Amino acid sequence: MKRRRSLSDKEKALKLLEELGENVYQRMEEGEYPSLRIPDRNVRNIVYDETLRQYVLGPRTSLRTARNIKHLRPLTQLLWLAYFSKLLVGSKKTSTLRDVFYSAQAYRVDFEDQDESDERITELEALLRVAREELNIFPEERSSIFGQLTIRYNVPGYEGRRLDLTSHPDGVMIGPALTGADFVDTDAEMVIAIEKGGLFTRFIEERVHERFKAILINTAGQAPRATRYLIRRLRYELGLPVYILTDGDPWGMHIAMVMISGSANAAHIAQLTTPDAKWIGVWATDIMKYKLPYDRLTDVDVKRLKELREDPRYRGEPWSTQIGAFLKHRRKSEQEAFAKYGLTYIVDKYLPEKLREVRSI
Amino acid sequence: MSFEEITPSEFFYRNRDLAGFTNPTRSLYFTVRELVENSLDSCESKGIKPELFVSIAIDGSEQQEEPRFYDVMVQDNGGGIPRRHLADAFGRVFYGSKFKLKQSRGMFGLGVTMAVLYGQATTNRPAFVASSVSGQRYYGYQLKIDVEKNRPVILRKFEGRAVGWRGTLVAVTVLGDYQRAESKIISYLEQTAMAAPYVTMIFRGPRGEDLRFHRVTDFMPKPPHEILPHPLGVDIEMLKKMIRAWKDRGDLAHFLTRSFQRVGGKTVQKLLERIDIPGSMEPGKLSEDQLQGLMSAIKSYEYFLPPDPSGLSPLGADLLEAGVRRMLNPEFLTISVRKPSAYGGHPFTVEVAVAYGGPRLKPGITVFRLANRIPLLYDESSDVTWKVLNNMDLSGYRIRSEHPIGVIVHICSTRVPYKTVGKEYIADRPEIEREIRLALRDAFRRLRVYLSRKETMAYRKKRASTYSKYLPLIAKFAAGLVGAKKPPPYEDLIPTLEREVLLVEEAA
Repeated sequence: MKRRRSLSDKEKALKLLEELGENVYQRMEEGEYPSLRIPDRNVRNIVYDETLRQYVLGPRTSLRTARNIKHLRPLTQLLWLAYFSKLLVGSKKTSTLRDVFYSAQAYRVDFEDQDESDERITELEALLRVAREELNIFPEERSSIFGQLTIRYNVPGYEGRRLDLTSHPDGVMIGPALTGADFVDTDAEMVIAIEKGGLFTRFIEERVHERFKAILINTAGQAPRATRYLIRRLRYELGLPVYILTDGDPWGMHIAMVMISGSANAAHIAQLTTPDAKWIGVWATDIMKYKLPYDRLTDVDVKRLKELREDPRYRGEPWSTQIGAFLKHRRKSEQEAFAKYGLTYIVDKYLPEKLREVRSI
Repeated sequence: MSFEEITPSEFFYRNRDLAGFTNPTRSLYFTVRELVENSLDSCESKGIKPELFVSIAIDGSEQQEEPRFYDVMVQDNGGGIPRRHLADAFGRVFYGSKFKLKQSRGMFGLGVTMAVLYGQATTNRPAFVASSVSGQRYYGYQLKIDVEKNRPVILRKFEGRAVGWRGTLVAVTVLGDYQRAESKIISYLEQTAMAAPYVTMIFRGPRGEDLRFHRVTDFMPKPPHEILPHPLGVDIEMLKKMIRAWKDRGDLAHFLTRSFQRVGGKTVQKLLERIDIPGSMEPGKLSEDQLQGLMSAIKSYEYFLPPDPSGLSPLGADLLEAGVRRMLNPEFLTISVRKPSAYGGHPFTVEVAVAYGGPRLKPGITVFRLANRIPLLYDESSDVTWKVLNNMDLSGYRIRSEHPIGVIVHICSTRVPYKTVGKEYIADRPEIEREIRLALRDAFRRLRVYLSRKETMAYRKKRASTYSKYLPLIAKFAAGLVGAKKPPPYEDLIPTLEREVLLVEEAA
């Protein structure tokens, strides 16, 4: 399945924004208070979709109307955001979440803090069923990518320019320009997403990109939405299998899960998940098998594991086995724990063994 | 161990801290207070609208540090004191046979003499007193008090033309600490003026302060009648003193009907039947046991009428309102005046003012306490008023902690139940507590009406301004989204009634 990034997505966003304006404009022209039906993002309206293998929003909506004085401010904020997005998309400019927060002041629209403007952006996403990235709004957090892939930029000033993603030894930042670029050429046979920068650097130094023909991605903790979006594109546009390597604890496990099945927070956004990506470790069973140095699970870790056990996303394998093993042995290990056997052990021994193991399932 | 008899002036001299003269700060404050109260009483008892000049000046310039000597002077326009009584009035402590009661500021008439004694003890300077009864001539004395003999020692005499001045002037030099006492003295003068809006007072302080309080009304409260004590208001020592003063003017039945209010022939008969003492007995001949019996018969007698309130002189709603307005100039003011009531044989009445807003009140509740038109400034938190307030649910009256509220409580009584001799706070007698609570409830109910009206107005105003702020923005952004040049109309969507309120407020 080849999907080309094109202006038509932006055109679609612009059309949705205009429809929103039309709705409000018309109501006011008729002397009515404008109102909007906004999908409810409360937990009671977030349901797990078994076929999509991700969380989605249910049918509930809430009415936001200018008739209610308490709704006036959020309604104004929402409309301003729509208007501001239109300007961004129209002029092919991007803005960070923080920029958005500060830009509001120029329009006499007040946000209490950035949390409030972030919340309103999420609401606009839910209302339009469009990711904020389509509206040219990006978070500040950036992760990075390294590997044998050549891309072609689409952003103003760089149109048509190409970049080989091995050209920078620290990796290349994953930002809006990269997320929206076209994939031109690749020798890669797989994608490996890594939770931490240290191991990412080690993999580059050990030439994993050549030895395993892998595109390496440093998610720097919980993967940002742009990164999740990019991983999905790598999977479905290039047909590359995706492997995820995290710390061996409930938190690392969940970082992998969000890349695979999405988060409850972004239940209103499709196209951020990669349902057939594989979590390859560090598993609870690896801690035992490789006799890794470990810490004891804390009470918080155990509580989190018990929560995850109830989560429908964790019903299959390897999840349920691993949750069971964590709870049984009460041990957790970081990726760096393999250094016990020398710095290259994880690349020379562990990685090939795990890839073989996962592929055989 | 030997016992010696001491004179009243020596007694008060030795126990001056009981009367509040404990340290230079408090003593300076009490000196001003006693002199001012003496002057006010002297004017009011003659029905004269008081005009006072009060001054505090540093005595000599060589003393740089506090505490130092201060000259305190108060001049009034009262009736004056005849020349033959002048020296005794300030240079001698009286103990007398006067048992009649009426509301007055001073309790024993000792205040000024205490100030003279304190000044003499700390600075060794004489006091100066002058007076004019006629307005033609004045006469004055420089005097000290001979503490052991309890009599004035006149050092110098003055005399001259009064050029129309009638009244009394008292000047004493005392060891004081003005820096520390300043705020209390200023509050005292302000609140005194509040409690007596018919007073004009000018104050000059040692740093050139110049405060002027001009009378805001020509009306003065009705002066109190002198009344006999109520039987429930006396104890056995008082009873003995009254019998001594009675001498042999008649038998016991006579003594009782003539010396007490609310005691007539029938009451005497019933009382004496209970203890089996004949009414024809001479009161001076009563044995200790019989006196005890009489006292307990009085205490347990259930048919006395409540005490006569004509010894009281409350301010009344109009004067209290005028006084509070002069001091606080509040946005809202309501008065609640209770009918006279009694505790333990003493009549009393409670007057309450509740003020909201204005330039002086800060957020929270400020309590101003007055007793017989005297402001009470120390030990506020121990006072009965706070006890009552703390037991009330103020939120039920829509009072919130940020509201600037003044609570003024005036208690009038022929005997105010102070908890200490320093006369600074009122004991929590249940009868008084009840009257304060009822008065406050009444006033707070009216405050609640005002506050909720104000809230409604504020809410409407806020509503209108919220709509005026956001609707144009919504219209503008909607126009921007559809690419229209003109925003859609929004004016009619701003709630109409609220718009009127906004216009009214803007015009004001």
